[in-house]
Amino acid sequence: MKHETIETNAAWLIVLVFIVISIGGLAEIVPLYFIDDTVEDVKVDGIETVRPYSPLEVRGRDIYMREGCYLCHSQMIRPFRDEALRYGHYSLAAESKFDHPFQWGSKRTGPDLARVGKKYSNQWHVEHLTAPRSVVKESIMPNYPWLLKTDLEYKDIAERMKALKMVGVPYSETKAEYEANVKRFGKDVAKFLDVNQAENNLMAQALANNYDGNKSNITEMDALVAYLQVLGTMVDFSKFEDGYFSTFR
Amino acid sequence: MSTDSNSKVQGSKGSKQAVQTTGHAWDGDIQEFNNPLPTWWVWAFYATIVFAVIYWVLYPAWPIGRDYTKGVMNDIEYTDASGKTVTRHWNTRSLLDKEMVQAKAEQKKYLDQLAAASIEEIAKDDEKSNFAYSMAKVLFADNCAACHQPGGAGVVGSYPNLADDDWLWGGSFKDIKTTITNGRNGYMPSFKAALSSEKIDDVAEYVLSLSKHKTDAAKTARGKAIFNGQEGGCYYCHTKAGTGMVSMGSANLTDSIWTLADVPSADTLEAKKAAVKQVIMNGVNRKMPVWKERLTDTQIKILAFYVHQLGGGK
Ligand code: HEC
Ligand code: HEC
Ligand code: HEC
Repeated sequence: MKHETIETNAAWLIVLVFIVISIGGLAEIVPLYFIDDTVEDVKVDGIETVRPYSPLEVRGRDIYMREGCYLCHSQMIRPFRDEALRYGHYSLAAESKFDHPFQWGSKRTGPDLARVGKKYSNQWHVEHLTAPRSVVKESIMPNYPWLLKTDLEYKDIAERMKALKMVGVPYSETKAEYEANVKRFGKDVAKFLDVNQAENNLMAQALANNYDGNKSNITEMDALVAYLQVLGTMVDFSKFEDGYFSTFR
Repeated sequence: MSTDSNSKVQGSKGSKQAVQTTGHAWDGDIQEFNNPLPTWWVWAFYATIVFAVIYWVLYPAWPIGRDYTKGVMNDIEYTDASGKTVTRHWNTRSLLDKEMVQAKAEQKKYLDQLAAASIEEIAKDDEKSNFAYSMAKVLFADNCAACHQPGGAGVVGSYPNLADDDWLWGGSFKDIKTTITNGRNGYMPSFKAALSSEKIDDVAEYVLSLSKHKTDAAKTARGKAIFNGQEGGCYYCHTKAGTGMVSMGSANLTDSIWTLADVPSADTLEAKKAAVKQVIMNGVNRKMPVWKERLTDTQIKILAFYVHQLGGGK
């Protein structure tokens, strides 16, 4: 093809420029899908410890994104000493393998939240999200008072899970898929990955834990706190030898 | 016009090198020079290619099947916590492992001493306690201050004051360490359904009399009967004297220190009583998180020392 043909035809130019630029991206990204070390093996006794989110946590995560929490909070502890001392073990690729999209981020107006799960009580999260300055005087985090007052919408939870299933999250719809999940994650986890039971499971989890301190209804606060309380808690690092995760790089 | 300027440029460059044009003309007469690239630029370009080839050899670069080339001569070597020498291709995770081991080695003298010493021994030894204090201060700020507040003053109604000398769950080193290790759950049932509002009023009157408030004698007597009888059953957790029990973290109601009912900031007896009634009606269910999964034994030990020191301890 003559140079002149490309330079005189804008559509051709755009297509060819796009192809040339993609080469760099493809060469860097595609092999990662095939290399064994990309996502760490975090099985304990043959059971995968990192699991997809429960229905309630899925809704909590949606609210996290809706409210733009990621604009101020990262979820990615980098392998540096200062971060290890403050936040705990560095984040693993395996820990966000069911996140679509991931919430790694790079903006830290507030602290990293990758391991905030179980650090505080539910009550603290409720107080803090409603009015951050009631517990942390110098905080610049906005108030989110409507979370406590807004009933959670969850009629469409099964649809949301099916959408996530389409991008590879192993929620189960058929008996065979359920059985596969039992093998992979154990029975307790497999139960709430069942799309057919999504609504019941969501209500059961909200009722059993009563995250927002109010039993009478399920609010957006219930969902968001359920999500925050599970962040970074799935891998029990005491079960792995020191340096084990360094062999994956 | 275009031929004019063209010849001008050629003229100004002299006869050393006549500039070529690319050969095609746009819109009839617009032509494009085809100047050779400067030599330095061409060599810099070749240098980047050479650099890339060297980089491929030295660093992780090429995917091969399910693995990838790890590079040569870029190993990182260190002695891990168990004394084993580890050699691995350089990566940031291994660098962190190495730095953590080195940092621990530098602090080893102190850390070993702290690990071996009891909290009492740490408190007695100036060098140890200074080191423990400076470490614990950072840990407290990162993990505890969001609830107990910087300095440990707490929030009345939500998070207990750690800087006073009053303890729900006991103020000995051992008690505090157990509190931090396993967490605590302060629980008192709600009496909204069990007691009528008059009865709650009476029992609140009695509770205030325990801490030497001037209360109405008749109401106080009725309240006492509820407190120490089956109806309220308060004595079951708070004891007949109202002094509370460390084993269940039930507050001492006879001192003037309040952790839930904000009595001190209310001016009138009515307002103080309202604060107490609030607690009796709503009950309490507040949790101190478990820390044994997040913090090491030594970290918990020095935090116990730090908290003990904040409150004067017991
Ligand atoms: C304007 C920036 C901003 C936004 C938006 C924001 N935060 Fe924060 N957040 C902060 C800052 C600053 C802190 C540290 C002070 C504090 O604890 O309040 C913080 C602290 C936190 C903490 C405590 C972390 C720890 O380890 O102590 C949590 C949990 C949290 N935020 C959750 C959220 C959630 C959930 C949202 C979305 C609903 C959100 N934040 C939105 C700025 C923000
Ligand atoms: C999520 C909030 C929260 C965080 C974070 C927290 N605490 Fe607590 N802590 C509480 C609550 C609530 C209680 C009271 C429990 C009860 O009601 O009996 C408590 C009680 C205590 C007590 C017992 C007080 C007494 O009077 O006996 C100690 C000691 C203590 N905390 C130390 C710590 C230390 C040290 C840390 C940091 C590692 C910490 N706490 C972090 C909420 C918190
Ligand atoms: C099951 C045990 C239990 C029973 C029964 C009980 N309490 Fe309590 N009470 C507690 C505990 C535990 C606390 C402290 C909770 C905490 O610190 O988290 C407490 C706290 C209080 C406080 C707040 C003290 C402060 O410092 O702010 C008051 C007031 C009180 N109780 C009154 C009563 C009265 C009146 C009754 C009877 C009607 C009663 N309690 C019955 C366990 C009990």
